[in-house]
Amino acid sequence: MTADTALSIPPYKADDQDVVVELNSRFGAESITLQATRTGMPVIWVAREKLIEVLTYLRNLPRPYVMLYDLHGVDERLRTQRRGLPDADFSVFYHLLSIERNSDVMIKVALSEDDLNLPSATRIWPNANWYEREVWDMYGITFAGHPHLSRIMMPPTWEGHPLRKDYPARATEFDPFSLTLAKQQLEEEAARFKPEDWGMKRGGEHEDYMFLNLGPNHPSAHGAFRIILQLDGEEIVDCVPEVGYHHRGAEKMAERQSWHSFIPYTDRIDYLGGVMNNLPYVLAVEKLAGIKVPDRVDFIRVMMAEFFRINSHLLFLGTYIQDVGAMTPVFFTFTDRQRAYRVIEAITGFRMHPAWYRIGGVAHDLPRGWDKLVQEFVDWLPKRLDEYEKAALQNSILRGRTIGVAAYNTRQALEWGVTGSGLRATGLDFDLRKARPYSGYENFEFEIPLAANGDAYDRCLIRVEEMRQSLRIIEQCLKNMPAGAYKADHPLTTPPPKERTLQHIETLITHFLQVSWGPVMPANEAFQMIEATKGINSYYLTSDGSTMSYRTRIRTPSFPHLQQIPAVINGSMVADLIAYLGSIDFVMADVDR
Amino acid sequence: MSWLTPELIEIVIAVLKSVVILLAVVVCGALLSFVERRLLGLWQDRYGPNRVGPYGMFQIAADMLKMFFKEDWTPPFADKVIFTLAPIIAMGALLTAFVIIPVTPTWGVADLNIGLLFFFAMAGLSVYAVLFAGWSSNNKFALLGSLRASAQTISYEVFLALALMGIVAQVGSFNMRAIVDYQAQHLWFIIPQFFGFCTFFIAGVAVTHRHPFDQPEAEQELADGYHIEYAGMKWGMFFVGEYIGIVTISALLVTLFFGGWHGPFGILPQIPFVWFALKTCFFIMLFILLRASIPRPRYDQVMAFSWKFCLPLTLINLLVTGALVLAAAQ
Repeated sequence: MTADTALSIPPYKADDQDVVVELNSRFGAESITLQATRTGMPVIWVAREKLIEVLTYLRNLPRPYVMLYDLHGVDERLRTQRRGLPDADFSVFYHLLSIERNSDVMIKVALSEDDLNLPSATRIWPNANWYEREVWDMYGITFAGHPHLSRIMMPPTWEGHPLRKDYPARATEFDPFSLTLAKQQLEEEAARFKPEDWGMKRGGEHEDYMFLNLGPNHPSAHGAFRIILQLDGEEIVDCVPEVGYHHRGAEKMAERQSWHSFIPYTDRIDYLGGVMNNLPYVLAVEKLAGIKVPDRVDFIRVMMAEFFRINSHLLFLGTYIQDVGAMTPVFFTFTDRQRAYRVIEAITGFRMHPAWYRIGGVAHDLPRGWDKLVQEFVDWLPKRLDEYEKAALQNSILRGRTIGVAAYNTRQALEWGVTGSGLRATGLDFDLRKARPYSGYENFEFEIPLAANGDAYDRCLIRVEEMRQSLRIIEQCLKNMPAGAYKADHPLTTPPPKERTLQHIETLITHFLQVSWGPVMPANEAFQMIEATKGINSYYLTSDGSTMSYRTRIRTPSFPHLQQIPAVINGSMVADLIAYLGSIDFVMADVDR
Repeated sequence: MSWLTPELIEIVIAVLKSVVILLAVVVCGALLSFVERRLLGLWQDRYGPNRVGPYGMFQIAADMLKMFFKEDWTPPFADKVIFTLAPIIAMGALLTAFVIIPVTPTWGVADLNIGLLFFFAMAGLSVYAVLFAGWSSNNKFALLGSLRASAQTISYEVFLALALMGIVAQVGSFNMRAIVDYQAQHLWFIIPQFFGFCTFFIAGVAVTHRHPFDQPEAEQELADGYHIEYAGMKWGMFFVGEYIGIVTISALLVTLFFGGWHGPFGILPQIPFVWFALKTCFFIMLFILLRASIPRPRYDQVMAFSWKFCLPLTLINLLVTGALVLAAAQ
């Protein structure tokens, strides 16, 4: 990626072997180990000594891997099914994404338990910073050359590294917790912000800076999010976002839940995304199991996912306008959301967190009369969107507050790992529903709204237009909903098929086991990314041939979006920060998981 | 009963009238919190408080009970004297300013020759409420709020006064009754002094720190700004003070630009109070509608709007008015 101009994006190339050839010719076949997976990309193990060299090479290739899409670790010590892989107690993976190739590559490094050190990749991709902090936090792997390797999800006083396999997953495995006064004071002191730790000065030549602690409880922080501002008057000199207050260890929980019973946990990752969160997870599990779902399932899933996209965007719109000071529209958008929930509730039985998708299908068929409800909503919303546009978005005060505020270009967006509307607002036409169609999105006609300035205003306009496009998709689902089963006919689907259980004892036993223990997924790795409400959300699943996942990596869009804040906002005013935070559209559960 | 001279009776009646008027203003201010919430509810497609009493009318009583019995907490790190002084100024300054307003031909607290000047003085004082509150709270958000308040007040009070000088030039007096009488004889000032009205209205909103000039509290940015540390009755005084400000500014707008207690075209002169109240209610509603309908500009944009647009406009308005008055006198 060299220019800030819009690129033409080639069709998606799964398992793109070009990069393997390139790496082979540059580093020699003996220095890389290929791992066969169902992730849809080449997974390449390299030695630690070669890591930085390989990463730098991939970053600077013609048609480079511009985005460090994900970086995390795996505790390999208890993994039994790893034939043909380099010996490792721990491994760290670097998931790189190339826009110009429209394909990915995953680089893995093996580490032994007594030498958990890696060189930092922060010089190649700035967004490696938080990811490496999280790997250190969760696994205790250190990164040489990292500017500030400290806890990110856990409190600074925490002991141990929670994602290690020998770290207990349940509270009952610990001593009972009690908060003594001494402990409270210790925690409070640890939470105190010390500018020197972050290389900040307490004062300039002629002035002292004010350090303002915005959050974790602040009306515009959109959740438990803390950002410490170094202020000169009202101008932000520098800032340090601090996350982790919403950390619930979803990735750890996944290692204790059956493949089926983890589905409700996914709902709560991006808690405004509802069933949209189920989608990448069930798609990835289906890849592991080799399940192909019927058309009707694809259509139902797409329709419900788009309902939640609209609902999430409506909440964004209301709160965004409220963040710039207009108090009324949020009540109207909540009325609209209520209308959408009426449909969602009729179809799924729940509102915010339906956990409605199943491995191989959905929980039940569409109810009678669903089409009438959907049609009512599709007729209702466009008029309202026009109203919001006229009454709020064309308001000159709102435009004055947001146009040109917190702007970044495509190059900056990519190097910080920005996806979703924030990326498309810079003019790059990268929407997974078109670029890498999944779940049958290739069957729908819709457009990807784009903007050019990449500022807070454009990000909002794009989302409003996306709602209109989502309505188009829903309308097509309504018109063309195929007949057929709402679940695939496959032994690994959940809940397991029951038809013949009362005729064969063998089927009955299998059914019993699959209900009580859950299905056993074949040992492999699978991966699925989707265009979620806030950007690209993906699940990277490692199965050890068990009823539970060996490792579930949830890559969420909001995490890199928040990491980018200082790079965008420094030099602006406090009020701009609020408009910017509103325009990012993040929820803290999506950051901290 | 020889000591009950006619003069004394007159004094007692005047005092009683004053007390009634000022009490009515305070009660109006308190009631406004209910009115505002119901009106916002109406415009925002929701109910607002509708549970306590018929149409929720006793909500205000419930709120007051709550506020009276809340712990009146002064943070240990605050400067106690100034911390306590601030809400008194907040409620007192614009309430005192109300004394110059002639409600009807016979009712009014004080008939000052320097009526308008007295109002300017009180409006100037009212900023100390925010300033003191923000400074004495010893809280960074409060401090930022009061910084904004002082900057905003300096910018807006400059033309708050200048906007009315056109009226003073035309009438030739600072006395409010003289201004009302002049309007009854000539035109209501809304027509000849239209730009004066616009700028005074804007400045008036700024003086009361109402949306969109609520920079000092800016909930989304400063999490309530200057009164962030206040609780109980002290907070309640800020709260009621804001509404009293609205009542005072609305009453001033009516008196200065809309003929005070006179009806349009002199109709129904028998009901001066009704005219005055109706017109004042209209402006109070306008304040609330403003809050419901528009976003808040950024703080530097507010400053720029004041210095680059409003101030030149008032100056031009004053110059033109002055020239016309001189020409008419020639």
